[in-house]
Amino acid sequence: MSLSAPSRWGLRTLALAYLAALLLVPVGMIFYKTFEHGLAAPVGAITSPNAIHALELTLLMVAIAVPLNAVFGVVCAILLVRHRWWGNGAIDAIINLPFAVSPVVIGLSLFLLYGLGGWFAGFSEAGFQILFAVPGMVLASVFVSVPFVVRETVPVLQEVGTEQEQAASTLGASAWQTFWRVTLPSIRWGVAYGVVLTTARVLGEFGAVSVVSGKISGQTETLPIFVAKQFEEFNYTGAYAGAILLAFLALTALLAMNLLKGKEDA
Amino acid sequence: MAIAVEGAHKRFGDFQALHDVSIDVPDGSLTALLGPSGSGKSTLLRAIAGLEKLDAGRVLIRGEDVSARPAQKREVGFVFQHYAAFKHMSVFGNVAFGLRIRKRSKDQIERRVHELLALVQLEGLADRLPSQLSGGQRQRMALARALAVEPRVLLLDEPFGALDAKVRKDLRAWLRRLHDETGVTTIFVTHDQEEAMDVAEQLVVMNEGRVEQSGTATDLYEHPANEFVMSFVGEVNRLGEHFVRPHDMQVFLDPEVGTVEAMVRRIVPLGFEVRVEVVLADGADVWAQLTRAELQRLELRPGQILHLRPSQARRFSDSLSTAGFGPPGRGSRDDGDQEVSVTAA
Repeated sequence: MSLSAPSRWGLRTLALAYLAALLLVPVGMIFYKTFEHGLAAPVGAITSPNAIHALELTLLMVAIAVPLNAVFGVVCAILLVRHRWWGNGAIDAIINLPFAVSPVVIGLSLFLLYGLGGWFAGFSEAGFQILFAVPGMVLASVFVSVPFVVRETVPVLQEVGTEQEQAASTLGASAWQTFWRVTLPSIRWGVAYGVVLTTARVLGEFGAVSVVSGKISGQTETLPIFVAKQFEEFNYTGAYAGAILLAFLALTALLAMNLLKGKEDA
Repeated sequence: MAIAVEGAHKRFGDFQALHDVSIDVPDGSLTALLGPSGSGKSTLLRAIAGLEKLDAGRVLIRGEDVSARPAQKREVGFVFQHYAAFKHMSVFGNVAFGLRIRKRSKDQIERRVHELLALVQLEGLADRLPSQLSGGQRQRMALARALAVEPRVLLLDEPFGALDAKVRKDLRAWLRRLHDETGVTTIFVTHDQEEAMDVAEQLVVMNEGRVEQSGTATDLYEHPANEFVMSFVGEVNRLGEHFVRPHDMQVFLDPEVGTVEAMVRRIVPLGFEVRVEVVLADGADVWAQLTRAELQRLELRPGQILHLRPSQARRFSDSLSTAGFGPPGRGSRDDGDQEVSVTAA
């Protein structure tokens, strides 16, 4: 479709205005508010023991949920694309569940399963605390971030096709060698993008995690919960500083992928 | 026999891709599997490679039954129509792939890859990615990759199908030379009869999942087993029950013994030869292939009435009725061919 110069500029302006009003202005405001009175206050707010603990806990969630879902996502995508089976439709639908269901509902469902009288209540009765503790929060994080790697990898696998894998097998490669030397390198950018999205989701997850965490400061408080709590307590500087730290972490993940990709394409 | 397939059956859902197919491929030969699309030729090739599992039948490589072995353990080289290049690897990496899987030493790999790149004339392009090569170069890289591991047989699935006409012709001649140099038993699949006759020593003509006939190009052209082979390998006219090659059509200006009347519809000059399209009294369209000299002697022009007689004709049916075409005249060779006729088995 070709457009005349004025309408092209008109559409550009419209798109930029839309992005500015909905994204840039609110995020910009947070930056402005955070550093309004210099660096000392926000730096102090995010170096407090509770804030540092919240940061560590958030990074722990990422460190557990992201590798888990990356491995699961690649295996699942290969099953869906490469092995035709009558149950594939069901698996495909279930994987989308976390997109369809509100995170709060996910949190509540974990509550029902692991809480008093739940099917898996035995864990906490045996002394292994799941609710109001890190294991429950990890479960919630893994649950909400399941679909990303699968969804990003499936179309890439379909597009790559099976010929390269067949060529590898006629050259003597085992299934395992074919996966590491041919399949994984061909889908790596799909997987990488899925990992970045998973990371961003786990970093920012509030609903599901906050339901199962019990929000105990210095113990089961992740960065998003920390930010919400600071806000409720009218400690705006702390809330803004925490929010910026979160945004910074997510952007770092995105930037890391782009840098790696740029390096390879060069 | 280097390769033998015995009684192969393969079904994809409702589609019978192979129906009791048996072939023998002599050691060191270059054999073409020739047939229209859907004839089962690619399925047969993929079954030999182990990329397709047969429902019934056996695949033997050098007398050894490999039917139960996966592709990985059959020691075949396979070349795909769309190259199947490893896109994330350099040309060197592609060719070295099989050697690295076999854990050869670095020196050995280096030496062998450069040897092969020289053989396929891609020296100096070792560091390129497949995306930086032309189609013909990619296919030569794929051949080098398949040859690197010294396969017992080389299998090519429509290797030139995705290339343009000029490159295809060059690669044909080149493949022929390559085969003469390496001596690897080679089977290649094609739907192009000219390509098959140009490159291969032995042809296997397939149709609807069956082998119609196999033999040398001359065998198939001179002694086709049935109507399908006759019309697939070369041009053919149908005169009632008889099949006649256009160059076996004799053209007369006056009626002779055994001739039929026809009217010239169109005269198409094709360089040295001329194609004379005529219509018979019963409305059937046929054509005769004449030389320029013959055409000049006869002084043919569109609309003219002439008389045709085949110098050689073939019939493949058991029926003795001679619908539309009289008994073959003097010099015709409607000989024992009807004895070798294969009616739908």
